[in-house]
Amino acid sequence: MASPTTLDGKVSLGTGGRDAAPVKARSLPRISGKGLAKVAAMVLPPLVVLAGFLLFWEVACSHPGAGLPPPSRVVSEAWPIIVDPFFDNGGTDKGLFWHISASLQRVALGFALAAIGGILLGTLVGQSEWAMRGLDPIFQVLRTIPPLAWLPLSLAAFRDGQPSAIFVIFITSIWPIIINTAVGIRNIPQDYRNVAAVVRLNPLEFFFKIMLPSAAPYIFTGLRIGVGLSWLAIVAAEMLIGGVGIGFFIWDAWNSSHISEIIVALVYVGVIGFILDRLVAGLGRLVTRGTSAA
Amino acid sequence: MAHLDLSQVGISFTRAGRTTEVLRDVDLKIAKGEFVSIIGHSGCGKSTVLNIVAGLLKASTGVVLLDGREVSSPGPERAVVFQNHSLLPWLTVRENVALAVDKVLARKKSRAERSAWIEHNLALVNMMHAADKRPNEISGGMKQRVGIARALAMEPTVLLMDEPFGALDALTRAHLQDQLMDIHVRLKNTVIMITHDVDEAVLLSDRIVMMTNGPSATIGEVLTVPMARPRKRLELVEDKDYVHCRAEVLEFLYARHARPALAA
Ligand SMILES: Nc1ncnc2c1ncn2[C@@H]1O[C@H](COP(=O)(O)OP(=O)(O)OP(=O)(O)O)[C@@H](O)[C@H]1O
Ligand SMILES: [Mg+2]
Repeated sequence: MASPTTLDGKVSLGTGGRDAAPVKARSLPRISGKGLAKVAAMVLPPLVVLAGFLLFWEVACSHPGAGLPPPSRVVSEAWPIIVDPFFDNGGTDKGLFWHISASLQRVALGFALAAIGGILLGTLVGQSEWAMRGLDPIFQVLRTIPPLAWLPLSLAAFRDGQPSAIFVIFITSIWPIIINTAVGIRNIPQDYRNVAAVVRLNPLEFFFKIMLPSAAPYIFTGLRIGVGLSWLAIVAAEMLIGGVGIGFFIWDAWNSSHISEIIVALVYVGVIGFILDRLVAGLGRLVTRGTSAA
Repeated sequence: MAHLDLSQVGISFTRAGRTTEVLRDVDLKIAKGEFVSIIGHSGCGKSTVLNIVAGLLKASTGVVLLDGREVSSPGPERAVVFQNHSLLPWLTVRENVALAVDKVLARKKSRAERSAWIEHNLALVNMMHAADKRPNEISGGMKQRVGIARALAMEPTVLLMDEPFGALDALTRAHLQDQLMDIHVRLKNTVIMITHDVDEAVLLSDRIVMMTNGPSATIGEVLTVPMARPRKRLELVEDKDYVHCRAEVLEFLYARHARPALAA
């Protein structure tokens, strides 16, 4: 086989597919002194570090003329948007909930399209030597283009912010999905192909019954990276396209010098990004239960 | 006309510009219901022969005929029991068998009949108790039994087995050999089985095909095993024919066609 240039390495997140936390969580029901100590050992360190960080921040930014507000002022200034994320005064003057849900809708649509397109293209590239040779170099170039660089082009093509933002999500998150799917397809053991050949599965059956389940661990690695990139891209894209969305909210707050609101929004962005990542990882674990162990 | 007919089968592989001839002039005729073993030193080309019959590899020269028709692609009428069982790890035991049955017998049997047929084949290899387990939850011997059930469930005219018991301990192996003999007596399939084990070959086979060493391996000798069926392993130990056949095969493998060098 021609030595694969870039597709051979499985692109993976630093933490890998399996996390220690859920395994430990499963042993929780036995509430004993030992169990509680375990929970404390997991929860305490981040709490301590967080408290230390907030304290440092408070001290460092309390003096007059500090560039950033201290945490206490962030909470007091941004209190209205913290306690009521659901208000809607029309236009773009809405609560954080509405901004985040608008952003999530764009991500959901763009990411879903990227997942479908990425899995199909990845299958093609993984399955056919010819498609690999033809498409891989193009993909390798395209995937290095920063997400926002696509925005002007998509605005020109779609003439509207909404589809442009969705396109940016799509084009940002599709590459890791393609690449990981292709690696997964390429790694389908010959044995499985032989089984499929002997029972004469047709190409469609082969795709659904052999390829997808066999490559699922790889596909989910790609999806997990992709969803992270989507979330990175949407915030940036929304700053430029305007309308309702968490990115626009941040940009708008900056323009009206509401630094405290920016900080609250950033906390939301981080937490949502984390949840998205865990969601896809958890789904992957659920789907590949049988496959990954073998 | 023979049921399965290999004539002048040869195959060469080209790797990195170098062509090696693995098989040359393999001629073999197998009658319906016959149990034939192929034995030979590791790397001589046994699996290659089997894969050509299965249609998974294409012969460079010669043809394989099944009931007079040329074999050109894999198909369920030549079901394979793979050396490493090749179960799909994301499916349960029952689903692994069902994948084959639902595809192969979709036209022949109704849904209810297929479902009963799956259970029947699982029962045949005594795997009903673990039907809902996944392959990584069962032992090696059990996986091999599922592989056999899956192959048998396709109602093959020829059953191809590549060292089906190779990776098993002696006790499990003996047990599965007995089950296989039992199944063969009942279903009267034509079977080609590859093995490394001389006793296994003599116990199970009607004929033993002994292959010469590669490259350009071919059939060195074919030995007919005359003992009547059903065969009982304990009674055979003293049997004149059994001892004779065993000696013949050992003689072929270790005197006349000893493995050239154990360098590999
Ligand atoms: N696809 C291939 N390309 C190149 N050479 C091959 C290929 N398949 C098999 N060979 C060569 O053909 C020879 C026979 O291989 P084969 O797997 O048939 O041996 P075998 O008799 O089944 O051995 P074993 O008993 O160890 O399973 C080996 O030397 C192997 O290297
Ligand atoms: Mg072999």
